[in-house]
Amino acid sequence: MPLLEVTDLRTSFHTRNGVTRAVDGVSFAVEKGETLGIVGESGSGKSVTCYSLMGLIPQPPGRIEGGRALFDGLDLLRCPPAEARAIRGKRIAMIFQDPMTSLNPYLRVSQQLVEPLLIHGLCDAPEARRRALAMLEAVGLNDAPRRLDQYPHEFSGGMRQRVMIAMALITRPELLIADEPTTALDVTVQAQILELIKKLQREFGMAVIFITHDLGVVSGLCDRVQVMYAGRIVERAGTDALFRAPRHPYTRALQRSIPALQPKGAELFTIPGLPPDLSQPVAGCAFAPRCASAADRCRREPPVLAPAGPAHEHACLRVQAGEIP
Amino acid sequence: MAAPLLQLNDVKTHYPVESGFLLRRQTGVVKAVDGVSLALAAGEVLGLVGESGCGKSTLARTILRLAPTTAGTVVLAGRNLTAAGAAELQAARRDLQMVFQDPYASLNPRMTVHATLAEPLRVHGVCPPAEVPARVAELMQLVGLAPRFMRKYPHEFSGGQRQRIAIARALALRPKLVIADEPVSALDVSIQAQILNLLSELVRKMGLTMIFIAHDLSVVKHISDRVAVMYLGKIVELGPAADVIERPRHPYTRALVSAIPVPDPGKERARQRIVLPGDPPSPLHPPAGCAFHPRCPFAQEKCRAAVPALAPAGPGHEVACVRLGEI
Repeated sequence: MPLLEVTDLRTSFHTRNGVTRAVDGVSFAVEKGETLGIVGESGSGKSVTCYSLMGLIPQPPGRIEGGRALFDGLDLLRCPPAEARAIRGKRIAMIFQDPMTSLNPYLRVSQQLVEPLLIHGLCDAPEARRRALAMLEAVGLNDAPRRLDQYPHEFSGGMRQRVMIAMALITRPELLIADEPTTALDVTVQAQILELIKKLQREFGMAVIFITHDLGVVSGLCDRVQVMYAGRIVERAGTDALFRAPRHPYTRALQRSIPALQPKGAELFTIPGLPPDLSQPVAGCAFAPRCASAADRCRREPPVLAPAGPAHEHACLRVQAGEIP
Repeated sequence: MAAPLLQLNDVKTHYPVESGFLLRRQTGVVKAVDGVSLALAAGEVLGLVGESGCGKSTLARTILRLAPTTAGTVVLAGRNLTAAGAAELQAARRDLQMVFQDPYASLNPRMTVHATLAEPLRVHGVCPPAEVPARVAELMQLVGLAPRFMRKYPHEFSGGQRQRIAIARALALRPKLVIADEPVSALDVSIQAQILNLLSELVRKMGLTMIFIAHDLSVVKHISDRVAVMYLGKIVELGPAADVIERPRHPYTRALVSAIPVPDPGKERARQRIVLPGDPPSPLHPPAGCAFHPRCPFAQEKCRAAVPALAPAGPGHEVACVRLGEI
């Protein structure tokens, strides 16, 4: 049984300008100890998917319209709030993009670190402080005993992200959701944080869902990757297969538009147009208006994510029908 | 080489740090830019890379005289900008334009595209008022926007389109030099490629000279002829783009290059990554000698002793490392 199994998750936002279907029928599973990458551009629904699981969608305007998210047999979307709270922050933890806005500037780091332990009643206060200190050392903070009672503003960006990671992992969660944790950091610091996440994952044996827009970050970190576009999964495969032989036209276009993979000076491949407005109903494939291979059928029939080889799935009608390679 | 379009001679921008409430006194100095010399030929694209706080944006602002110059000179097309008076500076700014990182913040939300693009034309009296709408339409076409959107406001455009407007505004006066400060880092990958293509095309078509500031080395390698790497206010490596990024010589550039994740799982697993310890040091208390030595895997006693100067390391390639020949 997978650790987390999400089935047909649908999350919408009801605003004055209509209903935006941010996540529109997403299903996936995460096994114990594996790393799943979720890749997509802004507005593709990758963050909303995970926020829905963590109960972080503001309701209203947000609404979880349907679906199930089974974690160890318990449906996170529908169980009593007390039961969900017992899991969130203890067995599932999350880290965010901007460590400055997600730490409380008024509280000492020590207070924020021990909070999950005390709230979940895992140990008493002196023991919590000992564990907080050990955790800060585990995430590679020098001079941890002195740092423990400092405030967030006394840390640099990379150090704050380490504190965030320490806070998330202090309860030894089975699943860590990382929402673009390195996007706000410099590349040399990003390299440090990625190495740290890998190391801690090995030590604790936890599963990781890694949300990012950077295909480069995914390639070194994830076992499997799923690509999202306009609130749906368009392709899912093992990392090697996805990079070596992407099947969906969107994944291919995304890969071709990265400067790192192009010969210098050559004109970069671009995807024409813009992602669709999700408050308008999309008939057929959401990528069709920007797709070079789109046929009439693509604008009418909604595509379905279907297997295409071992552990490889994609949602392109024409590739599935064998009309394009 | 003909006389360079832009010449920087030992440019320094230092900010005093004061403390105390009633009796304010200077207690330190932040050397944001500390002795940068560069020459840029007409038509050349120079990529400027470095981590946040290395002084790359301050250098750009110093060239434009948006930041004060503490020492050194900036010479653009024979005109010394550091000594220029207000009127001369105003005239020089026709030749010198900037594109900023965040197109959400750099466009006035209360001005239509037409108003935004017409303003520089009017201020500098480029053309008779009757011709302004035609010039605005021409500019919009140049950056790939339909002129019928002329009366729209910035909020009606996407991020990529806004960046196009910002580029059109920078090009309105047909400048000789454009400084683009992280122009694509706020954009999605597929939109980044569109803007990068547009910039390369404009450089080719209009013979623009450009300083392209970014932290993403793959983007810089794609668009630049030469690359300068900055660390704590100084240039540590300067050379042809492909040389610097594919065969970096300075230990800092090596670490920077190796830190970038490669979107290719096979290569990504195989390669040796240099993970630098710690953060860049505070420019308020820079380390003695080579500013990089506390994080450098090759540092020796002599690295702490003297500040290394840029020295030739190949054709057109300069590196500031005292251990250059040894590592």
